[in-house]
Amino acid sequence: MTTTGFLTDSTLCIGCKACEVACKEWNQLPDDGYEWSGHSYDNTQALGHSTWRHVKFVEDTPEPAVGGNLGEQLPAWSFSSDVCKHCEVAGCLEACPTGAIVRMEFGAVFIQPDICNGCSYCVVSCPFGVVQRNEEDGRAFKCTFCSDRQRAGLKPACAQACPTESIRFGPLDELRDQAQDRLKKLAARGIEDAVIYDPTETSVEGIHALFLMRGDPRTYNLPQQPEVPTIYQKKGWTSAVIAAGSMLALALLSFLGESK
Amino acid sequence: MSHTGGRVPDYESERRLAELRQTASQTGRVEGKGVAVQGAPFPQASPADGYYGIPLLKEPQWKKEVPLYFFVGGAAGASAIIASSAGWLSADRDLVRKARWIAAAGSVLSAALLTKDLGVPSRFINMLRVFKPQSPMSMGAWTLTVFSASSVSAALANFLRAKELSAGPLILLENGSGMLAAASGLIMSSYTGVLIGATVVPVWNRHVGTLPMHFAASGLNSVVSILELMGHEDNRALNRLALAASAYEVAQGVAIESKRDRVNRPLQKGASGFIVRIGGLLSGPAPLALRIAYAVTGNKKLRRAAAVSSIAGSLLTRFGWMSAGKASAKDYALPLRPTYSKPEAPIKLHERQDRAIKTSA
Ligand code: SF4
Repeated sequence: MTTTGFLTDSTLCIGCKACEVACKEWNQLPDDGYEWSGHSYDNTQALGHSTWRHVKFVEDTPEPAVGGNLGEQLPAWSFSSDVCKHCEVAGCLEACPTGAIVRMEFGAVFIQPDICNGCSYCVVSCPFGVVQRNEEDGRAFKCTFCSDRQRAGLKPACAQACPTESIRFGPLDELRDQAQDRLKKLAARGIEDAVIYDPTETSVEGIHALFLMRGDPRTYNLPQQPEVPTIYQKKGWTSAVIAAGSMLALALLSFLGESK
Repeated sequence: MSHTGGRVPDYESERRLAELRQTASQTGRVEGKGVAVQGAPFPQASPADGYYGIPLLKEPQWKKEVPLYFFVGGAAGASAIIASSAGWLSADRDLVRKARWIAAAGSVLSAALLTKDLGVPSRFINMLRVFKPQSPMSMGAWTLTVFSASSVSAALANFLRAKELSAGPLILLENGSGMLAAASGLIMSSYTGVLIGATVVPVWNRHVGTLPMHFAASGLNSVVSILELMGHEDNRALNRLALAASAYEVAQGVAIESKRDRVNRPLQKGASGFIVRIGGLLSGPAPLALRIAYAVTGNKKLRRAAAVSSIAGSLLTRFGWMSAGKASAKDYALPLRPTYSKPEAPIKLHERQDRAIKTSA
């Protein structure tokens, strides 16, 4: 099967949160409580075990004359719908000790709910802070890439509900090309600061949920250098071997003096 | 009449309302922030602060069972090593017996603690569905399984041998499973450093190269001390081991304290820093000094004090690292950096002015 992906284009997003609602409805996710966060119109704040799509509301510094902002210096708004990145090399999948997290035929990273035992090691292995354990249920949850819908030949719920095609879904290579085209179109209209977020140069080796946004991706909490924690293991196990060797040697030496 | 929560009006609240009414009628507007949302004021969304300073990473969700498991499992693992070394080289059968029992009891307790922390404890067995070398959690589960089985059977063989039942096969069983327990015990006492080091949590992965040695030294230090307090306070080999472990912990403490930057901050500041520091003090300098004093004076009280200090220090060390990891994951600024562990480069004032000039030009 072809590898599918998302291209979430922030320059088209109107912040309606239809994707968040569609995701919750299709996947039957519980609500996140009704709390005011104080962060613009965003009361969801972050992805989590019950939030698999999350619209970020970034208030940019006032730019006079942008968006009809002539007199009063009102902040400009950018929206971006965040989601699990379905990493090419996924920290969560590498870390999972039960084999509950698997790679699906269309490239998605999927947690099998009937196998997950809630060890929560994936939580500290995701460089994007996506996956989380539901403390009531005990298991870890995240975006399934609507694997059930994809298998039925349908688009994921969020992409289906998005009214502006800010969330595009399709074969990953096509989306990569479309993202480049979009950058060119935007540049032709004088928008020079748009970028594609696709960390192919790191140990994550690229993601299946691409993002296009204006400005610095870090403003949207996207790390500049996401790394799969597997890269630290060599150093760690080396240290463990040294520790084991010295402990054994020390114990033998100490008791050697005591032999009778 | 009972009221259903809320505030009770008092002189101050009514005075404030009158004040608001007065300024509103006089000036047509009211100054004042209202009630600040908890945590306000929030950082603006920016490349340095990310998305309103909301942490990018998720906090480790392990509860107190896990640091406790690190302590128990580390001590049990080291105990199996002592049991086999002493069994082979020393004539002290009582030491061997006690070390075997600590290993066995610790291994059972470890499994219980680890299982209890699972979100779905009944599915512990799923850990043994796959053998996955690239997952330290999987390696840990397998190690613990082998360690429990071998240390329990070594302890049982030791017990039956003492009852002077048919000795031949029992000696074979004790030595064989004891060797296996010692081998898996070596991993038990150090792998937990790999487990937390190979994660996205900045303060943990910064120290991945030393955490396994640190935890191994800590485990050795604690179990040697436990054995001393169980009546082996004259054993010179144990004292030597404790001296080495405490000396290592001193070096580890110095290494942690000598690098001061934002990644290391949870090890030095705040509640987590406090626990790490107390734990470090009790594991390194305190027992080392006490043991040296014991060597000079021969006063056993000093040695006992060193043992108590080491045990407490070892326990606190694991809790300290756990809470440092939680604090580190909450530090929103760290994962936004080009590399997690790159030290903070302070911007000098004149550079800042330069930047302001450049952007306004
Ligand atoms: S973003 Fe996180 S949860 Fe999603 S695939 Fe990558 S590591 Fe796993």
